[in-house]
Amino acid sequence: MSEVQEDVQAGAPVQVPVTVLTGYLGAGKTTLLNRILSEKHGRKYAVIVNEFGEIGIDNDLIVETDEDIYEMNNGCICCTVRGDLIRVVKNLMRRPDRFDAIIVETTGLADPAPVAQTFFMDDDVKTKARLDSVVALADAKHLLLRLKDSPEAEDQIAFADVILLNKTDLVTPEELAKVEAVIRQINGSAKIFKTEKANVDLKEILEQGAFDLTRILENDPNFLEGKDAHSHEHSHEHEHSHDGECGSDCTDESHNHKSHAGLDGNVHDTTIGTVSLTAGEVNPELFFPWVNKITQTDGPNILRLKGIIAFPDDKERYVIQGIHMLVEGDHQRPWKEGEERKTRLVFIGRNLDREKLERTFAACAL
Amino acid sequence: MASVIPLLVDAGDIGYVEWAGFLGSTAVFASAEGQIHILAERQQVINSHDGLLAAALTQDGKGLITAGEDGKVERLDIDGRTSQIFEQNGKWIDSLATGPSGAIACSWGKQGMVITSDGSQKPFDCTRTIEGIAFQPKGMRIALARYNGVDLKWVNTKNPPQFLEWLGSHIGVVYSPDGRYVVSTMQENALHGWRPADDKHMRMTGYPAKIKSVSWSNKGKWLASSGAPAAIVWPFGGKDGPMGKAPKELGAMGQTLVTCVACHPNEDVVAIGYEDGMILAVRIEDDKNAVLRRAGKGAISTINWEKNGNRLAFGSEAGDAGVIDIEG
Repeated sequence: MSEVQEDVQAGAPVQVPVTVLTGYLGAGKTTLLNRILSEKHGRKYAVIVNEFGEIGIDNDLIVETDEDIYEMNNGCICCTVRGDLIRVVKNLMRRPDRFDAIIVETTGLADPAPVAQTFFMDDDVKTKARLDSVVALADAKHLLLRLKDSPEAEDQIAFADVILLNKTDLVTPEELAKVEAVIRQINGSAKIFKTEKANVDLKEILEQGAFDLTRILENDPNFLEGKDAHSHEHSHEHEHSHDGECGSDCTDESHNHKSHAGLDGNVHDTTIGTVSLTAGEVNPELFFPWVNKITQTDGPNILRLKGIIAFPDDKERYVIQGIHMLVEGDHQRPWKEGEERKTRLVFIGRNLDREKLERTFAACAL
Repeated sequence: MASVIPLLVDAGDIGYVEWAGFLGSTAVFASAEGQIHILAERQQVINSHDGLLAAALTQDGKGLITAGEDGKVERLDIDGRTSQIFEQNGKWIDSLATGPSGAIACSWGKQGMVITSDGSQKPFDCTRTIEGIAFQPKGMRIALARYNGVDLKWVNTKNPPQFLEWLGSHIGVVYSPDGRYVVSTMQENALHGWRPADDKHMRMTGYPAKIKSVSWSNKGKWLASSGAPAAIVWPFGGKDGPMGKAPKELGAMGQTLVTCVACHPNEDVVAIGYEDGMILAVRIEDDKNAVLRRAGKGAISTINWEKNGNRLAFGSEAGDAGVIDIEG
């Protein structure tokens, strides 16, 4: 086993990228999947689904599997994996020449965390496949309702690296702005694309390297620049703070319970939000125990964690990413000349204690 | 010194070798690609499945049963004939076991089927995904490895199963040759044993890697296992099995992980395959070893002995395969 791991560090073995597709029933997953399977992009995909359903594409590498969630480590709720996926991926990887990448489609009610954790917790899976990104589809017309009645819908938005806000033709511009604001409130760091029939350039959603430490946050210029507002190329003019909180003086209609935007007046009463933390250099002797403690104690509530860390006298940027209690970190690349040595962290989670995170993180700063 | 006869095929290598062994005295290799290579005077290839997921020899040694991504279960006879014995359209049949009186059990997801020698079919199911199947040595009873334990089910009754509970994911299961013990391989780098008669548990832990291969010695005195940089061999000879006893660690070769074990059919000797492709034969009593094969292209995925113990067939994840003649 040690040899395999050394190989991984040397970057030798080819790990097949895995994209996880989430989203509520009717959000457009099947439409997107059909596009991925039918468009000419020169890539071959193996697709793992819960039901063959309406995928009308003749592809002999669509594998049906029953979602079967296993708790590892004696029932820690954070350490759940999809046992059926371990098995299917292991079997697929015995004939790796058949495909270039894997797509896992989850059911509308699925929690994305066990799917993602599968690719970090099983040694066989880990050496042969790597989680690339989690893509969530959201139906612009129904998302707000779904968020009200289903914690899964909220989890899916919060967990995603890429969100397709789909079926935009079915809502007014005002309604769309409101839905997008709510998405931003839940997930401050995902890329958002607004689409009608899931018609996004597939290059923007497949093989993104969102879990790749060497690429982490590279595609989030706002994060790196430390801007508070979102100005993604594909995002819109929404200028509200992406930290997921309204001040008492918030006048943004999208966060206002008295909204007249036309949808259900009771806007998303979210429990999930994003907390962004920034500092200059931090003390590694304080930072590592801190991040370990936070993820151990608040792990069940932390859905995603990403960060770039500046340590004193360290020539390289240190990057971390995490899901619940799983955290991994590594040096990424040398700090560039003139690059500001800033530490930035993003937590996306449920009932995050912003004050505590800010205060305890600040204590790690030099 | 043992001699190694490699399986040579025109196409280069045969891909991941799922099963290598003997039908009678003929060496046979089943690849994950779905081809069965027969190493006889005239080498032969049979296309059995589009994707082969599991293979097992019948208990009388006269047939090789295979199951695949095509939802089919097939039998290759000693005379080279093939026949289909079951089909579940659209499903990957990924667990397989052979039992007494020519019975076969296979499963896909949470469902499975026992097919008896007269062709009759007896369906069974499980509350969770069936990860592994084993037949009790006597009587029509199957053990199903699944999340949080093992189900023991009589094939011919509709009674609920006897549930052997142990928290965690159980990914494979075997019965001891005398039927007294049920042992599972676990996702959590451990074996777990039960003695169903009196509900005794045996925890066999401490492995650094997942256990992909276990093998009983000829009379069930020892249970050899992979998953460590040595074959871990548990004593099952005494009254209480391995309870309170330490296992033997055989064939330690530095940090190279053992990936496959196969006990000799007649003697207390175990063939050990490593992740670098090396194969040793080791005497269980004193760890005395003989190198049967130097390192190859990939981790050894399968080893089976010929019934008389003179030869063994092996295959690797990278597709190199062959026969080793112990007598040389």
